[in-house]
Amino acid sequence: MPVVLENLGKRFGDGAPVLDDVNATIEQGEFVALLGASGCGKSTLLNILAGLEEPTSGALEVPSDGAAFMFQDSALFPWLTARGNIELALQLADKGKSLSKAARAARATELLELVHLGGAGEKRPHELSGGMRQRVALARALAQDRQLLLMDEPFAALDAITRDLLHDELERIWKETGRTIVFVTHNVREAVRLGQRVLLLSSRPGRVVAEWDVTEEHRTDPGRAGELTGTITRRLREEIRRHAN
Amino acid sequence: MPTDQETRPAIPEPEVTPEDPFLESETRHITSPSIKGNPDELRALEAGLDKLQSDAGRKAGIDWTRILLPVAALVVLILAWQIYVSLGFKRRDLVPGPLDVANHVGQLWGEGKIQEAVWTSLQRGVIGFLISVVVATPLGLLLAQVQPLRRAFGPLISGLQVLPSVAWVPAAIIWFGLTDGTVYFVVLMGAIPSIINGLISGVDQIPPQYRSVGKVLGANRFQLAVQIILPAALPGYLSGLKQGWAFSWRSLMAAEIIAVGGTIGFGLGSLLDQGRALSDMSTVMAAILAILFVGILIELLVFAPIERRLLHRRGLLAGSTR
Repeated sequence: MPVVLENLGKRFGDGAPVLDDVNATIEQGEFVALLGASGCGKSTLLNILAGLEEPTSGALEVPSDGAAFMFQDSALFPWLTARGNIELALQLADKGKSLSKAARAARATELLELVHLGGAGEKRPHELSGGMRQRVALARALAQDRQLLLMDEPFAALDAITRDLLHDELERIWKETGRTIVFVTHNVREAVRLGQRVLLLSSRPGRVVAEWDVTEEHRTDPGRAGELTGTITRRLREEIRRHAN
Repeated sequence: MPTDQETRPAIPEPEVTPEDPFLESETRHITSPSIKGNPDELRALEAGLDKLQSDAGRKAGIDWTRILLPVAALVVLILAWQIYVSLGFKRRDLVPGPLDVANHVGQLWGEGKIQEAVWTSLQRGVIGFLISVVVATPLGLLLAQVQPLRRAFGPLISGLQVLPSVAWVPAAIIWFGLTDGTVYFVVLMGAIPSIINGLISGVDQIPPQYRSVGKVLGANRFQLAVQIILPAALPGYLSGLKQGWAFSWRSLMAAEIIAVGGTIGFGLGSLLDQGRALSDMSTVMAAILAILFVGILIELLVFAPIERRLLHRRGLLAGSTR
């Protein structure tokens, strides 16, 4: 089921609109990078998709079972182990109480293996590195078993090597699980690296002003990828310069 | 949030270029479609990073300063007391020395009086405290989670916490007479507001993100309260419990000192009051020390280990003076 945004708008109180007339369609199984400068309402848009906030105008079509969400910091619960965090997500997602305790534990083990953290299940969040925490958070988001996965700059605070690794992992997991992913970032290279499609959101108010397709060619040819990154960066800068005066 | 916040500077950095898309020169964009290397190498790289970046397990032995320093402080204080008494500024029966008090405690112990008093008081304190916890916890959660209730009753609860619970003793005596009911009533009125307040402030300090995560994960109101809010608020709740115990113990002593006789058993407060009635300073001192001693013991044996464990598990202990 696709995600459809139609003339979506959001304002807080009487302030200027944060989002205005946002239109986009995201197909099932698609990986879309949502790019924009700081303060363009990217996070607000994700919150609306996740059902954490209501749009003030326009229409929105999302899968009825909601979306899984991954935050910028891992937002793991510090009183639970890595495994405990995942099991809690499994338990809360399991409305019909159909999963036995053993089944939950087995599923948590699978998810930990999926993010290559099979040995770290009993560790607590503070004992893990930032990258490991984000992988646990990813496993937790996958535990929700929703078709739509929303990611809000999940790798922004990580060092370069870890981030590159997590890009690879995310791509692998996306291919393995067939999720629809909306990935918010303000890093052009990250957007080109991950997305099949890059949507550029303008700032104040946020609106989709441009989009690019990232083809297989871009993925295999660094030259082409660099070219696309340059084009998008220029467009993004133009968008930011508009606010200078 | 800056893009290039390097949280772990110890890692060797292959690319020197800052990744901020707005600063980077466009001609230098070489996007690597993926890191060069086969999957096995990547796995090894990842495993290496995980090992380097996560905490190495640290196991500490017994920290003797934790035991020796308080004992040394105690010895110094007792010596100072003994020296002061030996200088003879005051009459010995008004200010007994540590040895006099120790002798008297021995005598009371022989009569079984001090054991009886400690046991009676401790039992009441603990039972009163446990009842308070059972009553205050759901009330606190309800007040913390339901805004109209909190707005309506919050000021009253804060006021009750400030109100000295001794003030309830006359009312309790009129209602319950000289029975255990009086004692428990006063203890409950002392402990319940402070536990409720502790829980509320614990809930207030929860990062708002935890609630968002809870909602995204599909928790309903009850699950949110029990499985996310309550554990997240546990550090604040625990300090509320500690304070609640302190209020229980204090209120109990106040009640026992004022309400003597009837069917009320013989507690530490009663011992204290008896000492006063007989102008027996050694008994008074013995009772005060016993009250203090029970307080310290509960803190050291019950609350301190729970608190240390709780904070340690959440990684909140590093750098504290605990």
